[in-house]
Amino acid sequence: MQTPADGRGTGIPPILLLPAGLGLAFLLLPLVGLLVRTPWSELGTLLSRPAVLEALRLSLVTATAATAICLVLGVPLAWVLARATVPGVRLVRALLTLPLVLPPVVGGVALLLLLGRRGLIGQHLYDWFGLSLPFTSTAVVLSQAFVAMPFLVIAVEGALRGADRRFEDAAATLGAGRWLIFRRVTLPLVAPGISAGAVLCFARALGEFGATITFAGNFPGVTRTMPLSVYLALETDPQAAIVLALVLLLVSVLILLALRGRWLNGVGS
Amino acid sequence: MPPRPLCPARFRPATRRVRLGGPIAPIALIIVLSACGGTPPEETQTATPGETGPVTGDITVFGAASLTDSFTELGEGFEEAHPGTSVRFSFAGSSSLAQQILSGAPADVFASASPATMALVAEGGRTEGDPVAFVTNRLQIAVPVGNPGRVTSLEDFTDQDRTIALCAAEVPCGAASARAFEAARLTPAPDTYEEDVRAALTKVRLDEVDAALVYQTDVLVAGTQVEGIDFAESAAAVNDYPIAVLREAPNPAGGQAFLDFVLSPDGQAVLGAAGFGSP
Repeated sequence: MQTPADGRGTGIPPILLLPAGLGLAFLLLPLVGLLVRTPWSELGTLLSRPAVLEALRLSLVTATAATAICLVLGVPLAWVLARATVPGVRLVRALLTLPLVLPPVVGGVALLLLLGRRGLIGQHLYDWFGLSLPFTSTAVVLSQAFVAMPFLVIAVEGALRGADRRFEDAAATLGAGRWLIFRRVTLPLVAPGISAGAVLCFARALGEFGATITFAGNFPGVTRTMPLSVYLALETDPQAAIVLALVLLLVSVLILLALRGRWLNGVGS
Repeated sequence: MPPRPLCPARFRPATRRVRLGGPIAPIALIIVLSACGGTPPEETQTATPGETGPVTGDITVFGAASLTDSFTELGEGFEEAHPGTSVRFSFAGSSSLAQQILSGAPADVFASASPATMALVAEGGRTEGDPVAFVTNRLQIAVPVGNPGRVTSLEDFTDQDRTIALCAAEVPCGAASARAFEAARLTPAPDTYEEDVRAALTKVRLDEVDAALVYQTDVLVAGTQVEGIDFAESAAAVNDYPIAVLREAPNPAGGQAFLDFVLSPDGQAVLGAAGFGSP
């Protein structure tokens, strides 16, 4: 930390320091508890287990795919919510937060009722194409995207509302079409919001448990992601569960750090 | 704060008339009742003569997921027999409950679906006295109504084309399933290992799997929503359910009274009606 040159010290009002510090401690101390109880000697043996690597790989692949889906569908949705003047947008925005409120397990049941073998849409997929989504890796991706997309949409929508629309107006007066403006003006303007949303979305997808175990089930290599492994390990071997949780934590921190550094640096300049 | 505006004096007697309409009603009832935990007994009801010592207050019972319905009913019976008590349940996979107890969860009684899980708690020094087996349970094949996968025996569980749910090996019903397949010399080909027996049953109820191995009692609970199929090898996988009062229980007398109630003829009758066997 370097002191800003303008002589404002740390720039933190003292009255904010206490709650900010408490907030930080509240969020980080449970992780310290995890670290203290970690059986470090078992770390090596557990990490070399094929089942652990398999779950880790599955988690990373599915969370990446879920984030990609969220980006492709979520950014346009956020644009519509932020810019559209059609009636009912506010209702849609409120509905959008429902997956955030819904307990993920209920989200999983909802997905089953829609896309399951006897679901509203799923029954047709099954009857016509013999396609059954539950218990597949695709179902894992869908569960993760379902719970994670609102995070991205809300972040991007906020960025869009905060963006200065005069740049877009200027581009329009210079003869740029809507699609060109969206690509060359709007997207770069809200890129920090998109990257922040994507990071949130990826993190949420990586930690997804309830919807996954309900909708996708739990089978090694196919649907057993890291959070599911942690949960099952907790049933019989809490020490192993702690190590697994730590691995998930480390990997996500590393990825998030790498992504943030890259995106924010690339965008800010 | 006004004193307990949510619990009028005639609330508790009235609720007792509510019958087991569905799985949610009794649970909601327990939640509401436990909110009224400190309510003094209003009317002396049919207290069983010959009960020793006054038992009062909240009794916290940790029970295996498969006990959800029968224990909820037992809890109501117990509260009727012991006015002034309120039985609160926490139902989950036995292994999760065992971990919670070992981490110091303030429970009075633990009823597990497997001796191995109870042994974990006993080894951790959290049981008071020796656990006793109070019921047995056996596995049954559960299939959706109409049996769309045409499942008839354990052998069908080895079919890759059928969608099959089993309990994870980490939980008691999964361990029992493994013993059954071992006895049948079969290697199952499941599509998912569910985290507890009720989750496996839910997959059958929703018609998402062609079959699952669950406890006989769960098939009974699901009523007409699933069909149960007996199989010969289930005899090799009969589960003892042990129960014990916990050391450092907040209400040891209440815990002991509940345990006695479970072992009493009345308690055993309720469990028998739910499909459990006697140990």
